[in-house]
Amino acid sequence: MAAVEYQQASRVYAKGAQPAVDALDLDIQDGEFVVLVGPSGSGKTTALRMLAGLEPLDGGRIVIGGRDISDVQAKDRDIAMVFQNYALYPNKTVADNMGFALKMQHVPKAERDRRVRQAARILDLDEQLLGRKPKQLSGGQRQRVAMGRAIVREPKVFLMDEPLSNLDAKLRVQTRTQIAELQRRLGVTTVYVTHDQVEAMTMGHRVAVLSGGKLQQCASPRELYDNPVNQFVAGFIGSPAMNLLTADLTDAGARLAGTVIPLTAPIKTTAARDKLTEIVIGIRPEHLHLHLADAGQAGAQAQAGGAVTASLSGEVLLVEELGADALLHVRLADAGGTVVARTEGRQYPGPGSQVTFRVQPADVFAFHPASGARLAA
Amino acid sequence: MATQAAGSVSTAPRRSRRLSKNRAREMSGQAGWTVLGWVVGIAFFIPVLWMVITAFKPESAAETWPPQFTFSPTLAEFRLVFSGMGPFIEHSAIATIGSTILVLVLALPAAYALSIRPVGKWRDSLFFFISTKMLPVVAAIGPLYVIALKSHLLDSIWLLIILYAAMNLPLAIWMIRSFMLEVPGEMLEAARLDGAGRIREIVEVIMPVVTPGLVSTALICVIFAWNELFLALNLTVTNASTMPMYLISSVPQEGLYIAHLSAAATVASVPVIIVGWIAQRSLVRGLSMGAIK
Repeated sequence: MAAVEYQQASRVYAKGAQPAVDALDLDIQDGEFVVLVGPSGSGKTTALRMLAGLEPLDGGRIVIGGRDISDVQAKDRDIAMVFQNYALYPNKTVADNMGFALKMQHVPKAERDRRVRQAARILDLDEQLLGRKPKQLSGGQRQRVAMGRAIVREPKVFLMDEPLSNLDAKLRVQTRTQIAELQRRLGVTTVYVTHDQVEAMTMGHRVAVLSGGKLQQCASPRELYDNPVNQFVAGFIGSPAMNLLTADLTDAGARLAGTVIPLTAPIKTTAARDKLTEIVIGIRPEHLHLHLADAGQAGAQAQAGGAVTASLSGEVLLVEELGADALLHVRLADAGGTVVARTEGRQYPGPGSQVTFRVQPADVFAFHPASGARLAA
Repeated sequence: MATQAAGSVSTAPRRSRRLSKNRAREMSGQAGWTVLGWVVGIAFFIPVLWMVITAFKPESAAETWPPQFTFSPTLAEFRLVFSGMGPFIEHSAIATIGSTILVLVLALPAAYALSIRPVGKWRDSLFFFISTKMLPVVAAIGPLYVIALKSHLLDSIWLLIILYAAMNLPLAIWMIRSFMLEVPGEMLEAARLDGAGRIREIVEVIMPVVTPGLVSTALICVIFAWNELFLALNLTVTNASTMPMYLISSVPQEGLYIAHLSAAATVASVPVIIVGWIAQRSLVRGLSMGAIK
């Protein structure tokens, strides 16, 4: 077990090309579960492979447990990796697959067996599976064998490259919790790559959001959700995604869909400082509170609970039923764009009906229209 | 309800008639191809069958016109063939097996260096190997003879082993390379992380995966070496003469010989047919150079 530090670590695949990973700075604590998340091409897998020693560094350093391993061979880094396609050796039995790394380290056969059995127990792998070949296993079992191969090594760091992407949806959710629980039990520093933000949010102690090879934000799931530093993180984290709409700035607030959404004082101050005429406002689907099924007072400002709230009105285009609640796709009035709202409870208007949402100013995020940076929380 | 039923009755047969028409055309087209396939197949097979039949005929019945279909089969010609072919079989076996082993030993690392960890200019190297097959052997036989003479390898089995290995090496490299390209990259990376060095990587991880490919490569090398005549004819006399040379030499200067030749050719074909049968499936895969996955 050890802490991991990326220090200005960079990787450039081709000369003159955009770096795949651009001066990444990331501190991972001993025993921490950090998830690297981002869309494809964001550099998350490259960053992981740099840590594994499968990609060389073109700049900066990577430190594991206080030791600079930038130029250390992959096999001497004391890390174990779980691959997306598991990468099991097809001709070896499950036990031999799991024990291969130990065999390479000349660990005696008896000790190897003991550790393989122990890992199998930890993973709930049936003992009789140990004699089988990977081909004879189900997808879920293969995934666990791949995990077992990493556990057996008792490494300083676990690396996982989208290990759940080949499982079906139900098994994925199940295995997700198992991995998180296992990591907590073993307490081994883990770096986990995924493109699935739900996976990232549910599993990681901290989540590092990458885009275009750059680290956007690294924080706890809750912090990422509540305080995204920029428009990218705001739009990427959360499902369904935050509604992001461009709005003209007025003295009273942001003009959108025929109404004015009041903004908090810090946002106004920052916007004024940057001399902005328009901003991007962000509202999470659950912060659009359904007010009136009939938009008789569209554009009117209402007093509710003492706070100034805005009313956004529009027409329901589509309802996505989720069981516990539903998602309303609503076209805002005055060509204000389309938003998604999460309903509270199970009573909601059908497609075609006019609706009005109440929005609390404190729930409104504002971003710089050009840079995407958050305008003062 | 009744009208609906009537309507569907009136349209259904029309549609099914049209469908069956299409299907009939499709089926007749398929039948055409099948017939053509059989005709071509039989055209290739008949001469071989005729050879095998003739081998069982007495010499007097072998060369008649019209061809004789009823005869009393005899093993006389086979007996004659077996009595004289001992040394030739032995030479062929040594040259074939020896050269094939040599080919595998050389082609395996070469293919590795051209696929899994490609050296610089691997494309050029790959083309160079195959380009050696483009020169007609006839053009090289003169220099080869001189080299063999100077190095005292004329009429030596070692010469055949070396030449057959050289002859089959390019094809073997291409084939094994195509099999190696199918080894998943993630598996090799896993082996690297697991601490396997280059030798371990090849022996424990790559070899088991490409073994079917190695076998089919070996088998095709065996077939080519076994059938080779030109080099053996020009560079060996007695000490290293092979089965194809026995076929030629068993033809007498005068008299009837068709049955005897057929028997010898049948015996010479048997190993190739067996090997070809074993190799056929992986052969197609190997020769398609990894194009189909």
